[in-house]
Amino acid sequence: MRRILSVLMENEPGALSRVVGLFSQRGYNIESLNVAPTADNTLSRLTLTTTGDDLKIEQITKHLNKIIDVVKVVDLTEGAHVERDTLLVKVRAEGAQRDEVKRTTDIFRGNIIDVGPATYIVQLTGPIDKLDSFLSALGEAEILEVVRSGVAGMARGEKVLTI
Amino acid sequence: MEQLSGGDMIVRALEDEGVEYIFGYPGGAALHIYDSIFKANSVPHILVRHEQAAAHAADGYARATGKPGVVLVTSGPGATNAITGIATAYMDSIPMVVISGQVQSHLIGEDAFQETDMVGISRPIVKHSFMVQRTEDIPSIIKKAFYIATTGRPGPVVVDVPKDLTHPEHKFDYEYPESVSMRSYQPSTKGHSGQVRKAARLLLNAKRPVIYAGGGVIQGEGSELLTQLARKLNYPVTNTLMGLGAYPATDRQFLGMLGMHGFYEANMAMHHSDVILAVGARFDDRVTNTVSKFCPGAKIIHIDVDPASIAKIVPVDVPIVGPVTTVLKDLDAQIDQQQASSERTMPDAEAIADWWSQIDNWRAAHGLWHGRRYGESDLIMPQDAITALYEATNGEAYVTSDVGQHQMFAAQYYKFDYPRRWINSGGLGTMGFGLPAAMGIKLAMPDAEVACVTGEGSIQMNIQELSTCAQYNVPVKIVNLRNNYLGMVKQWQDMQYDSRYSESHYASSLPDFVKLAEAYGHVGMEIKDKADLEPAIYEAFAMKDKLVFLDIFVEPDEHVYPMHVAPSGAMKDMWLSKTERT
Ligand SMILES: Cc1ncc(C[n+]2csc(CCOP(=O)(O)OP(=O)(O)O)c2C)c(N)n1
Ligand SMILES: [Mg+2]
Repeated sequence: MRRILSVLMENEPGALSRVVGLFSQRGYNIESLNVAPTADNTLSRLTLTTTGDDLKIEQITKHLNKIIDVVKVVDLTEGAHVERDTLLVKVRAEGAQRDEVKRTTDIFRGNIIDVGPATYIVQLTGPIDKLDSFLSALGEAEILEVVRSGVAGMARGEKVLTI
Repeated sequence: MEQLSGGDMIVRALEDEGVEYIFGYPGGAALHIYDSIFKANSVPHILVRHEQAAAHAADGYARATGKPGVVLVTSGPGATNAITGIATAYMDSIPMVVISGQVQSHLIGEDAFQETDMVGISRPIVKHSFMVQRTEDIPSIIKKAFYIATTGRPGPVVVDVPKDLTHPEHKFDYEYPESVSMRSYQPSTKGHSGQVRKAARLLLNAKRPVIYAGGGVIQGEGSELLTQLARKLNYPVTNTLMGLGAYPATDRQFLGMLGMHGFYEANMAMHHSDVILAVGARFDDRVTNTVSKFCPGAKIIHIDVDPASIAKIVPVDVPIVGPVTTVLKDLDAQIDQQQASSERTMPDAEAIADWWSQIDNWRAAHGLWHGRRYGESDLIMPQDAITALYEATNGEAYVTSDVGQHQMFAAQYYKFDYPRRWINSGGLGTMGFGLPAAMGIKLAMPDAEVACVTGEGSIQMNIQELSTCAQYNVPVKIVNLRNNYLGMVKQWQDMQYDSRYSESHYASSLPDFVKLAEAYGHVGMEIKDKADLEPAIYEAFAMKDKLVFLDIFVEPDEHVYPMHVAPSGAMKDMWLSKTERT
């Protein structure tokens, strides 16, 4: 089962490598990883998607908590939550394709954020399945380059991940 | 406020921490620190002959005393040489602080001379690490390093210090912090009371209980409480390889070690138990045999300070996270309370008596201490050598070991009645551990008898430390069970590879260990005759201020038994000799 783990950790050099190292060392996989400082810039927030049964996720959570730099770990998938991934895709946009890409982008409520003579960069934000469908909806258009931010997530309602 | 250079700060901080010894080896990146050591002349430094040995010596010191071991090495090769020793400490949860010199800050990342990414290289084998970035931070980093190394589940902590930050002319305020608090690190101090209540109930209703005690009981200073609890309940106890001494070996309730080379009665009792109280043990693969067949009828209570150890290998019915001491105290109180408020007597005396008679039958059938379970030879049997060592030291020595058959024979035949006396590399299984570890112990406890049980393979992995022992007058006794083979490798080759001894034989090239010991200024003794065994060991231990190397020629074809049947055997499936299995 796919899980989203949210990790609050000290914004210290080496902290990220300890988290990533844990996953490779213990044979857990990381599907996506997103990390940046929080409003309190002594802390970083890391969102990580992985897969595993309850036992494995429990083990991952325990090991993450053991990392000295890690302050808190939450499995967002345990409760109601929102998740967003941002996609930038550079597509060939020439001739008939130029309009077609624009139309598909509008349907998905994406934005064209760079317009070249023969290319567009489209930005789209949403849950990963929406991003996946957009990529397949581009259909005939030639995809030149794709980059995704990785999932970022939060629990809905009053629940807050802070120290 | 006092102004100190980074180098002086390190030495002063170690002094303020109450460090008794630094085990180390100098080199370019650490030279400012070494100059500070010279000038301060406060904390004694032991110059080893290889950085791996520095880590093992600090490790042995830590295991025997309970205090953190301290290591100081230079950058690059000094740091990488220490890695095996750090990994050894990590696997057995030993408190250790390793300070490594690093190239100057502005050279980091440029493949400078003797640069290695120590923080990166050591990352998977440390509890935590620090790369010092400002001299001013040194006192608080060292304070944190000791705090992290010694609390919760202990482990090694690396502090990597770029050379420029230790420069003698750059001085800053020095104040050693009195306490540490870290929002990201708060080890548990107490077990969950609801869980403790459940555990007490389960234990009191057991009919075939076993207490399975590991190294955590020793590290967590829980031996006394565990012993009291076990005696009060009259329940049998088995110790892991790391837990030997946690429960006194000569006590009637002790079943011996469990696991791959565990005692028949211990493995049988585990397999047939209905309740297992696991304390500070981690269900290692050298204990469980095939996990899916592990103790099929048992409910498991698991006490451990590290939540990640619980339910890692086998599902647990009652997990309790907390330090062994507080949890065992709470458990003991809960047991009293439940006994007092119950109408029937608990535990069920009849069931427990039946369980004991079953255990006594197992003991009588194949117990290692209930009859002679090994053969005879014209040569000295290795088991007899360990028994002679046990007798000669009244069972009170600190015994270190290396890795191999000799290690298992020592674990089986030296009856450890006290915690912290059996010092071996259980988790990593590091050949070369024994001699430097013994050195660290003897320095900490000069009046104690310290023996290193080793093999001719292992001892050669850190034999250079005979020189360190000469320099600091460290009169340990080396008991070399010389079987002319990498014996444990040979045993597996006998059992699984039709005795094809691929690269496990070197008899013709072994040194004359007696002369070798003498070359370092020590005493060497060669023992070949059975009749000489006991007198020689007594004679060696009578030489209080001499390091004696006892080169004992033992039967090369002997195997260690019991041995778990693998693959796919259960706890109860054992070879009992070359021909007999359960
Ligand atoms: C550093 C290291 N290398 C290899 C091994 C694998 N190993 C385990 S036991 C053993 C043989 C040890 O031989 P010896 O020290 O003579 O002890 P014996 O088994 O003969 O008593 C070997 C090679 C190890 N444990 N450690
Ligand atoms: Mg040998």
